Amino acid sequence: MIEARELTKDYGEKRAVDGLTFTVQPGIVTGFLGPNGSGKSTTMRLILGLDAPTRGDVTVNGRHYRDHNAPLHEVGSLLEARSVHTGRSAYNHLLALAQTHGIPKRRVSEVIDLVGLREVARKRTGQFSLGMGQRLGIAAALLGDPKTVMLDEPVNGLDPEGIHWVRNLLKGLAAEGRTVFVSSHLMSEMALTADHLIVIGRGKLIADTSVDDFVARASQKVVLVRSPEVGRLRESLARHPGVSFVDADRGSVEVHGLTAEQVGEEAAADGIALHELTPQQASLEEAFMNLTRDEVEFAAEMEEAAA
Amino acid sequence: MSAVSPNVRLPRLEVTGRVAFHRVLLSEWTKLRSVRSTKWSLVVGFLLTIAFPVIFAFVTRSHWHSMSPGERAGRHPLDIALAGVNVAQLAIAVLGVLLISAEYSTGSIRSTFTAVPKRLPVLWAKLLDYAIVSLVLMVPAVLASFFASQAILHSIHPLQISFSQAGVARSLLGGALYVMLVGIFALAIGAIIRNTAGGIATFAGIFFVLPPLMNILPTSWNNAITQYLPSEAGRQLFALHHAAHTLTPLGGGLLFAGYCAAAIAVAAVLLVRRDV
Repeated sequence: MIEARELTKDYGEKRAVDGLTFTVQPGIVTGFLGPNGSGKSTTMRLILGLDAPTRGDVTVNGRHYRDHNAPLHEVGSLLEARSVHTGRSAYNHLLALAQTHGIPKRRVSEVIDLVGLREVARKRTGQFSLGMGQRLGIAAALLGDPKTVMLDEPVNGLDPEGIHWVRNLLKGLAAEGRTVFVSSHLMSEMALTADHLIVIGRGKLIADTSVDDFVARASQKVVLVRSPEVGRLRESLARHPGVSFVDADRGSVEVHGLTAEQVGEEAAADGIALHELTPQQASLEEAFMNLTRDEVEFAAEMEEAAA
Repeated sequence: MSAVSPNVRLPRLEVTGRVAFHRVLLSEWTKLRSVRSTKWSLVVGFLLTIAFPVIFAFVTRSHWHSMSPGERAGRHPLDIALAGVNVAQLAIAVLGVLLISAEYSTGSIRSTFTAVPKRLPVLWAKLLDYAIVSLVLMVPAVLASFFASQAILHSIHPLQISFSQAGVARSLLGGALYVMLVGIFALAIGAIIRNTAGGIATFAGIFFVLPPLMNILPTSWNNAITQYLPSEAGRQLFALHHAAHTLTPLGGGLLFAGYCAAAIAVAAVLLVRRDV
């Protein structure tokens, strides 16, 4: 369990994380979503105590990370930025981490085998590809058999097979009752992996919702209609509450808030010919983009207003 | 890369321990021995400590008959035996800086502090590991250089000196101790500066630029101040001749150790406070 309360971090003039309050629950995969530069990595560094918050507070499994006596058993983490000495072998990197907690050598070999790095374990990590580096980072995160797993963009640089593997791993870890917190800037990835989403933009919380709710919100009813009598159609559709229109090309309109069936029946009832009736499925990616773009623009406007 | 195993279940870890200082010490030892730059710096430091006295002794022996009495009087067997210390200290200092600055340049400090979030045990472990390694390396090195240079100079009577003679053992072990403290000081500098080039430059500034700069001062000021510089104070650990304006071996050694302690204290405070 990760609990953040009013978590805020300033770097000089820039506010990287702005009053984040959220809870990451055990037993599910929680996606941490936001565009690049939205404060995900900073939040994770704050959780790990690598950076100190300007204001607010964050605990993992009930304590500040720094106060845990065996942090690797509490939290296994992968940070986005490289955190391995390039001159050291993967094996020795993991061994040095394991030794701080008295974790036996066979565990080091075990996690190396698990992530598929056995053949390169004795090579210096400076020669590793991005994908191999990610696997090493995941191995380090799993070393201590942690109650909470926190991974920053884990599928970066992985091949499709590796991505599939990470997804299964995360779901398996959550099924065992662990807390799993995974960041990504890719909505599609999160849609496949996560049960719950925490979405941030410009360091602020935008949404804290289940993936199902997010999907429902994203697949709002939008229908593209083309008709020689667009004006009359709009008038008759406007009787429904909550309907809005977005002008598309000449002779067509995007109807928001009604299904294709509703639009077709309404048109038939009023004797309006339709040349096209196409349900518009906003992809999760688009929904996410809209959500975060709105947030970014809103914040920009607020800043202008304040200036 | 080998194929990923289809079974993605994480095996349970039967044994669980907690962070303890002896474990961090072992972890830092693993890090120290598992990087090439360490081995090279240590080998170079060791060889330079012996090679310079050997060369110095050979040159002295071959030119002895053509030297003036004044030149001959200026040669002292311990000066020859410890000629490598001044060079070896550079290798040990560079490695001292690197031991921590490389963690910042590669980002491995984040892994380190994630495993040991209280941070200070990491600094103590690095210092202790490096102190032990450099001392274990330098004691045999200075002893080897003493006996090697004495063997080369065996035909030159005035340059023969017994190990049991007063001050000889103290000077030799003092030389090893001095290099160890230089390594400690450099490691603390590295922890403060957190950058390899900056750390080495700072060390070089304090040890190699500051002392000659003192010559700008009037002699009385120079004599009054120079003895308190870290390099000059530390040098008394293995210096043979003590002038009125130099500290005693014990006094100089303690002052140098004090400088090291001060640098470590600053490093410790910053280590805990700064973001990584």
